[in-house]
Amino acid sequence: MSHSMRIHLKVWRQAGPNAPGRFESYTVENANEHMSFLELLDVLNEQLIKEGKEPVEFDHDCREGICGSCGVVVDGVAHGPQPRTAVCQLHMRHYKSGDTITVEPWRAKAFPAIRDLVVDRSAFDRIMAAGGYVSVSTGNAPDANAIPISKVDADLAMDYASCIGCGACVAACPNASASLFTAAKISHLAKLPQGSPERKMRVRNMVEQMRKEGFGDCSNHAECEAVCPKGISISAIALMRREYLKAATS
Amino acid sequence: MLSRLYGSPVLKKVTTGLTGIFLTLFVLVHMTGNLAYFADDTGEAYNAYSHFLTHELGALFYLIEIGLLAIFLLHATIGIQIWLGKRAARPEAYAVYRTAGGASRQSLSSRSMIVTGVLLAVWTVFHLVTFKYGTYYETTLADGTVVRDIARLVDEVFGNPMYAFGYPAMMLLLAVHLRHGVWSALQSLGLVRPTASASTYLVGGLLGLAIGVGFLLLPIAIYFQWA
Repeated sequence: MSHSMRIHLKVWRQAGPNAPGRFESYTVENANEHMSFLELLDVLNEQLIKEGKEPVEFDHDCREGICGSCGVVVDGVAHGPQPRTAVCQLHMRHYKSGDTITVEPWRAKAFPAIRDLVVDRSAFDRIMAAGGYVSVSTGNAPDANAIPISKVDADLAMDYASCIGCGACVAACPNASASLFTAAKISHLAKLPQGSPERKMRVRNMVEQMRKEGFGDCSNHAECEAVCPKGISISAIALMRREYLKAATS
Repeated sequence: MLSRLYGSPVLKKVTTGLTGIFLTLFVLVHMTGNLAYFADDTGEAYNAYSHFLTHELGALFYLIEIGLLAIFLLHATIGIQIWLGKRAARPEAYAVYRTAGGASRQSLSSRSMIVTGVLLAVWTVFHLVTFKYGTYYETTLADGTVVRDIARLVDEVFGNPMYAFGYPAMMLLLAVHLRHGVWSALQSLGLVRPTASASTYLVGGLLGLAIGVGFLLLPIAIYFQWA
């Protein structure tokens, strides 16, 4: 049995990268608790289209919490109040009819605004291009189990590899630092033998690219870990620092 | 060297962490030394300790002083730079912002590092003017050595309620700074083990509290004439 919910939304609207932004208030009368937060925005957009208004732009793709496309700040928390979920997996059952929800885009100089709730996260692509890859031999695909890797390292590498690059870490960081993203990528490859040929170059170049993109410095607030939809630990950041020091001193 | 330091977000954090650990060790030793005042000997042990530091360490004393000054300035400069960088990295603030809780270590302590840091830096100058460069009284130890009577100056200063209560307030700020600082320094150096994160944070906070309380005992005890 689903109850109809009335949800008030304060949504950040911005016509373009350089246009001034402002909050607009909307009310969705026919929301229900089975909806995801993005479906609520879909319903709002249908409403806006019927009224002849511009729909709210937001990024989304899989809506299964695994692609890293979506992401908005809901009432001051990146991806909303439910831990370890992307905003597409936040469901309206966590709200009551009559609630007012404030929705803002990721805010960081390195993530320039495109429109409404959509920001340009290509800075992450450039950090990846600076070193987030491994060398592979050409030819047939090698046997997946040919290289022995300890269970502990394999598990840790998998934990770090679960980063979906959504950018919530940057959005939530009081300093708008990209340390958790960069560290997760570096740590993932540092834990695996396949990552060792470029190991030193990788940490130097990715950290340098992170700086060039204009992200802030880390202050160890650990807010990134709290909002990460994959729950990636800031132990990745500690490992990135050890990797960096090893690369710098050898 | 400085351009390499500022060119690397990791080296900046490592330097802040290393200098922070040195400063924490310094205040720990300073606080422990202060406790000599509580010896039941009308300031003899306190004056003797002060004399030992300033007259018996020779060149080492000046080396430590210069080193401390350099560490202090480096720590403060990078801290201010990180704060300026953070403002540049998010030109437009959130209308609504709150911590997600859980794994977050965000607290009043972590958010106010720049405020507590700057206040402590300014206060340190006043502190040096008050004591190091304050009135030079002399006294004679039991063994006949003529030394500076720093205990007398301390008594005089903390007889004044402005100092007797102002100092403890600053020391509480130091405890607040160290609550985030000790843990943060270890994390910046990559030394926090994932499994020991909570206990490291707790021990860091308790160390900060112990240092703060250890310091504020002296002015309070003198003002209320407990010691």
